[in-house]
Amino acid sequence: MSTSKRVRRILSRLILSILFRKKKAVKIGIYGPPNAGKTTLANRIIHTFVDENEDVGVSTEIPHETRHVIRRAGILIDLKRHGRSNPKVSRAKLMLDVVDTPGLATKIDFRDFMAYGLPEDEAKRRAKEATEGVIEAIKWLDDIDGVILLMDSTEDPYTQTNVVIIGNMEARGIPIIIAANKIDLPDAAPQRIKNAFPQHRVVPVSALKGENMEVLYAEMAKVFR
Amino acid sequence: MGIEMNLVSRDKIESMGSMEKLRFILDDVKSGNIVVLEGGLTAEEQMKLIELTMLEVDDNFPGIEISGYPAKRSLLSLRKKTRLTVIGPAAKMRTIKKDEDLISAIISTT
Repeated sequence: MSTSKRVRRILSRLILSILFRKKKAVKIGIYGPPNAGKTTLANRIIHTFVDENEDVGVSTEIPHETRHVIRRAGILIDLKRHGRSNPKVSRAKLMLDVVDTPGLATKIDFRDFMAYGLPEDEAKRRAKEATEGVIEAIKWLDDIDGVILLMDSTEDPYTQTNVVIIGNMEARGIPIIIAANKIDLPDAAPQRIKNAFPQHRVVPVSALKGENMEVLYAEMAKVFR
Repeated sequence: MGIEMNLVSRDKIESMGSMEKLRFILDDVKSGNIVVLEGGLTAEEQMKLIELTMLEVDDNFPGIEISGYPAKRSLLSLRKKTRLTVIGPAAKMRTIKKDEDLISAIISTT
């Protein structure tokens, strides 16, 4: 084959691959402190767009229930198809991988787990796994395309962990949405989160009850595209 | 017995490399001391400090308490300037209130 033919063939392959390339799914990490409802949110997204009976993990009242990163690939957020059409983003579709991460903490004490009735051996094992989970969650930040930072609306949002996550995302230029979770609880105060982080979009939701989720999905389709 | 508090100048912190800085802080905190950094740590350094801390958590050292004023961008600079950061052993220090320019913490001597 002559050189010019070879060059033409390479060029045509290149043009075809650019024209018909499949858009890669974006990896969205759900980050936040322990017990903010990260796994509940991941489950809610999957129940809505994939399968009502599929769960990525189990949620309990014991902190650090999720101790390893779990990735659920290939979730198509299709707002129109799921009747969650918003006039501004009605055609928006987003293919994403949801990455449910262990809660970020600066302190993990096995005695805290014993307060939930776990025997000492079990509490120590859980604490050890929880520390590994925090490290794993931090390492995953290198592979994430966008972050949903989940905060508990009933707690003080201005914690150093939240500030550190936001600071890291800003330094890396990774898009971030803050979801103010647990708005179904009587002492929820999502406005406090808005006041603490005025430079970011804050979406109040209840991942457990499914309240206001369509606004979060619309925001995800807009920000993570 | 009281608690030792080490107030570290911006010059001293800036003279150290990134890992040297984190090792210096964590060793001091593991000894039971409170470390106050005049110049503070960047968000990336704080994340690395959390990671390093998690590697060293055991039955006697449950981790750290960290609090700091958020970094601020000055009018003429593109980089955010870090401000004061306080780090202490989680078993002894607990932040009770924190906002842009105020940190209130309780230090337990028992």
